[in-house]
Amino acid sequence: MKALTRLSLALTGLLPALALAAGPAMEATQKQPLNIHAIGMFIVFVMMTMGITYWAASRTKTASDFYTAGGGITGFQNGLAIAGDYMSAATLLGLSAMTYGAGYDGYIYMICFFVGWPIILFLMAERLRNLGRFTFADITSYRLNQGQVRTMAAISSLTVVCFYLIAQMVGAGQLIKLLFGLDYNIAVVVVGILMMVYVTFGGMIATTWVQIIKACMLLAGGTLVMVLAFAQFDFSIETLLSKAVAAHKKGIKILAPGSLLADPITAISLSLGLMFGTAGLPHILMRFFTVSNAKEARKSVLYASGFVGFFFNVIAIMGVAAIIIVGTDAQFFEGGVVGGKIIGGGNMVAMHLAKAVGGNLLLGFLAAVAFATILAVVSGLALAGASAISHDLYARVIKKGQATEAAEIRVSKFATIGLGLVAILLGILFEKQNIAFMVGLAFGVAASANFPVLFLSMYWKGLTTRGALVGGYLGLFSAVFFVVCSKSVWVTVLGNAAPLFPYEQPALFSMPLAFLGAWLFSKLDSSDQGKAEIAAFEDQYVRAQTGFGAAGAAKH
Amino acid sequence: MNEVITARIRENPKYRELIARRGRYAWTLAGIVLVIFYGFAMTVAFSPATLGQPLAEGGFLTKGIVFIFFMFVFFWVLTAMYVRRANTEFDALTAELIAEAWKDEKK
Repeated sequence: MKALTRLSLALTGLLPALALAAGPAMEATQKQPLNIHAIGMFIVFVMMTMGITYWAASRTKTASDFYTAGGGITGFQNGLAIAGDYMSAATLLGLSAMTYGAGYDGYIYMICFFVGWPIILFLMAERLRNLGRFTFADITSYRLNQGQVRTMAAISSLTVVCFYLIAQMVGAGQLIKLLFGLDYNIAVVVVGILMMVYVTFGGMIATTWVQIIKACMLLAGGTLVMVLAFAQFDFSIETLLSKAVAAHKKGIKILAPGSLLADPITAISLSLGLMFGTAGLPHILMRFFTVSNAKEARKSVLYASGFVGFFFNVIAIMGVAAIIIVGTDAQFFEGGVVGGKIIGGGNMVAMHLAKAVGGNLLLGFLAAVAFATILAVVSGLALAGASAISHDLYARVIKKGQATEAAEIRVSKFATIGLGLVAILLGILFEKQNIAFMVGLAFGVAASANFPVLFLSMYWKGLTTRGALVGGYLGLFSAVFFVVCSKSVWVTVLGNAAPLFPYEQPALFSMPLAFLGAWLFSKLDSSDQGKAEIAAFEDQYVRAQTGFGAAGAAKH
Repeated sequence: MNEVITARIRENPKYRELIARRGRYAWTLAGIVLVIFYGFAMTVAFSPATLGQPLAEGGFLTKGIVFIFFMFVFFWVLTAMYVRRANTEFDALTAELIAEAWKDEKK
């Protein structure tokens, strides 16, 4: 525990020093001047969360505490934490920028991100809670071959986690370079180290509270900016839209679907990927195991979807208001040319809006929120990845269920540190990478590799180990393959002339492949093991439906 | 022990009733969401101009904007409806079912 205190002191002490050290290189890059407000507020956030981590560490004793906060989180708290996990910095910055640039298309993306939640509630939430314990592989392997199915689940979980981590780390580095005036590499290292501290010492308890605090900050900060901006138009949507149409170079076109979704296949594939990808993200699924029963799990989704839906609408108004407030103000453009390049790149629109309506103080606050957001999402991801390694691979596959709890927790802590180092390394390696396709890939793999097997294991009696393995691996590899052959990798990254696969989004093709593979190979499976697995479904179904025999909450 | 209870739950007609009632409700709501949402996605894909029409003559608020906002609100209301019924009616039925399975044990 002393080590933790020392580390947190060292870290919080280090930040301003790092900031100063980064000073001289400032004019060389695209970096912004050092933002004192932002750094100050971020340090307050880090100190608060370090305090929580210290408190959480003293309550993290068992494996259940570490992975699922002992199952003692309430539905409301978990709803906030899920909202925190789901609303990343890409949501705040990326979607406001998309609305700013393309208008209505941004709003379409938001409803696509939202619509997965009601489906998760109706079809999955209570079964997830009733069948799962620590990881979603607990559910897929419930009546199937533990070793093989967990290995597959761990591989696809880690794939999703790594792609998502790269996107977040690269985003963090670029953001911090712009917002705080820190060097890119230093920013990536700071994020990685803080994440390791939260997760290794505080486990799920600390991660949950980091998410909750961050979700509150994000909701408050975003809403404040939105209200201040909307007030300039007397809170009239007609006034706002008419002025936006007048100010935008695309004019009236910003009020209807535009070029982003012009191709029907892309539109449908994207909506499938976003909708079912949400239901296959390991760090989101894991959150369902932190509440005590199915009742709280349902409430979690109710609150989470309420917060997420509200916030998307806030971002939409921010984006439209920015068209007028930021888009016509010369101070936000390079060289003061209105309509030219926005200072700091397109993703900075929300930040410029905060400055325009609330000055440097609000800008600093929103910048700190963005950094906190990345930190929280990265922590959730690291915990999900670490549990795939320690709970699925180490405890169940390697030790065949014979590992002691202490050993399992120790492995997950090492796994967290390992993942943190990998994340820092990948973040530095992929600095120049386009992060949008990484996020798309993470969702595509989650929708194609995790979701079909998870869904079938809960709904279809006939699923056998053979079918699950074929379906899962087919979904994983086809999703990755389609993305590699798509324009954004094959042409943009690898420099080939024409893409092998004409669409950017894999889900429409890789998801049916996974379902088909799982169905066909289960049907063809006439082994005794397969028959026993089918016979075991009825008892699993009783537990899924009634919660009888489900893992309960630990006493706290 | 657990197998005995599980078997008794399975034999109880209320178990079938729970599954049927909750399943019907959940799939109906999911169906409503999917039909409305994919109906919208198809409109975006094949008839985008429809969504660009103003709601009122000469206004700037388009049908497309209003429809997405409607989906946000309506889907959330469906969520609340499901949680309400599941957390009262279905959970009560589940509790009854489990209690009955245990009661037989004591005889």
